[in-house]
Amino acid sequence: MFNWFSQVISVIGFSIRSIPQRKGSSIAALLGIAGVVAVMVGVLSIAQGIARTMESSAGGDNAVVLRSGSDTEMMSGLGGDEARIIGEAPGIARDDSGTLASPELFVIINLPMRTTGTDANVPLRGVLSQAPKIRNDFKIVDGRMFEWGLNEVIVGSGATEQFTGLEIGSSIEVGQEQWPVVGIFEAGGGVAESEIWVDASVLQSAYRRGNSYQSVYAKLTAPAAFDEFRDNLTSDPRLNVKAMRETDYYAAQSEMVYNLITGLGTLIAVIMGLGAIFGALNTMYTAVSARTREIATLRALGFHSGPVIISVLSESLLLACMGGLIGAALAWLAFDGFRTATLNWSSFSAITFSFDVNFSLLLQGIVFALVIGLVGGLFPAVRAARQPVAHALREL
Amino acid sequence: MTDNSDNILVRAQGVDKVFKRGSEEIHVLGGLDLEIPRGEFLALMGPSGSGKSTLLNLVGGLDRPSEGVVEVGGKRIDKLSERKLAAWRARHVGLVFQFYNLMPVLSALKNVELPLLLTRLSKAERKKRANVALDIVGLAHRAGHYPRQLSGGEQQRTGIARAIVTDPTLLLCDEPTGDLDRKSGDEILDLLQALNQEQGKTIIMVTHDIHAAERATRTLYLNKGRLSTEPVD
Repeated sequence: MFNWFSQVISVIGFSIRSIPQRKGSSIAALLGIAGVVAVMVGVLSIAQGIARTMESSAGGDNAVVLRSGSDTEMMSGLGGDEARIIGEAPGIARDDSGTLASPELFVIINLPMRTTGTDANVPLRGVLSQAPKIRNDFKIVDGRMFEWGLNEVIVGSGATEQFTGLEIGSSIEVGQEQWPVVGIFEAGGGVAESEIWVDASVLQSAYRRGNSYQSVYAKLTAPAAFDEFRDNLTSDPRLNVKAMRETDYYAAQSEMVYNLITGLGTLIAVIMGLGAIFGALNTMYTAVSARTREIATLRALGFHSGPVIISVLSESLLLACMGGLIGAALAWLAFDGFRTATLNWSSFSAITFSFDVNFSLLLQGIVFALVIGLVGGLFPAVRAARQPVAHALREL
Repeated sequence: MTDNSDNILVRAQGVDKVFKRGSEEIHVLGGLDLEIPRGEFLALMGPSGSGKSTLLNLVGGLDRPSEGVVEVGGKRIDKLSERKLAAWRARHVGLVFQFYNLMPVLSALKNVELPLLLTRLSKAERKKRANVALDIVGLAHRAGHYPRQLSGGEQQRTGIARAIVTDPTLLLCDEPTGDLDRKSGDEILDLLQALNQEQGKTIIMVTHDIHAAERATRTLYLNKGRLSTEPVD
């Protein structure tokens, strides 16, 4: 054992220093692994981006109230009286203008996407004056807020990037009317940035909704106030509603699409990974074959088979690690922050999000690359170590 | 008799070696007996496929006989495990190959130092010994050169330095001049002869070259797996 480590280090040294002699197949394997990692990280960053958008939407001390039995605003309906009672429930924070509760309407309109020119669903939300105070970091970044009572709209920054006809000065068609866009807003990267906002009373009359809403968003005095808030609403005989923490609401909304994309991304990565394993196997068998003389000589001199196995595996892992790093870097450069829109299946409307290539994904990509390298190097390593020395020397 | 027996370094008794190729069995060596005294420079000759290299591998612990006993320095090596055999080779055997088998990524000095990595010697001591070995073969001035920068003869001298650096009991040379021109080959044979005569190294050399065999103190001929002192047509 005393010299085992020095053997290992020396043999790994030969292995790695001899890679340039096999640069063709080594580069092919490295690029193959880089491609797999880039695609895997790229696809999974979509799911991460959607999840992050949903998480950014939700404040820890916010609650959403829908009609009992509905999972989304689309399916919900609340009368004006109900909305008023909810807005005055205990646990809701207050400011000078009253409780921080916003009864809201939610409809969908069609607008052409910038990328394809085809129509897609865009959420049009009717809000009351407290709505901006409830969203995270709401701010008008261009133009101005709409005038209350007028059929003016403001547009989320994500929506204006993804759809045509949402610039300031243009107008959207609602029924027979043209509603001018007067401002662009941001909301901390959350879902609201994919929406168009208008005065709720304007939307009620345009869609003949009378004095009804679909949801009430509320900012609570503290996250711990939620239980009291919920219990109060559910025990009130005048109401037939359910209250959720906003974080839970958005988590449920993004769950389906998150799972689908993660599942699809993993499937693609596994299939491509299998291909990359064969690439790595081929490279390492070639490497072992090209190094038959070297390996046989080392073993003839008295080097043990353990260090030989470790050296072949190290070479494979080094190539895989480099491939993984290149793939992760490519994914980060190409995808991180790339903004696009997809369908939020819960609301059947577009949600704008940015690909999110985060550290954990990059790490996953590199670990996946190392698994490819390990599997791809193992069999050739064992073969190198098992070949009888005399036989291997004779093959030269 | 006892004195003579103690003087025997290599003893092979009733050695058979059978290779299997599919269902076919190829008998390379059959019932072979051999004794090599310490300090001998033995040349092994014979036609291709006669079993010369196989015998060398068995004596050097690179392979095991199918039947029979192989003893080197009084130790039976044919029953040793793979791991023990590797350790035994590192300690007792110096190998010289026809095609030198140097590591292309290592300098001559590092190549010579290679077997010393299997010892407890310090880095400084390893380097010192490797330099001495290179000096013995007349290549001290080429220590920093890589194999591709050395001529065939120089590469083989580096190979010999690597073989002697651990001061092994036995030096096994498989066609050491087989890849060299006459002049370089003669230099290698001069070197082997000097190692035998001046340092008392026991050398077994497989060769096809009668000129090379003439440098040995004894020549044995292998034909169809059997040894004789006379060449067989």
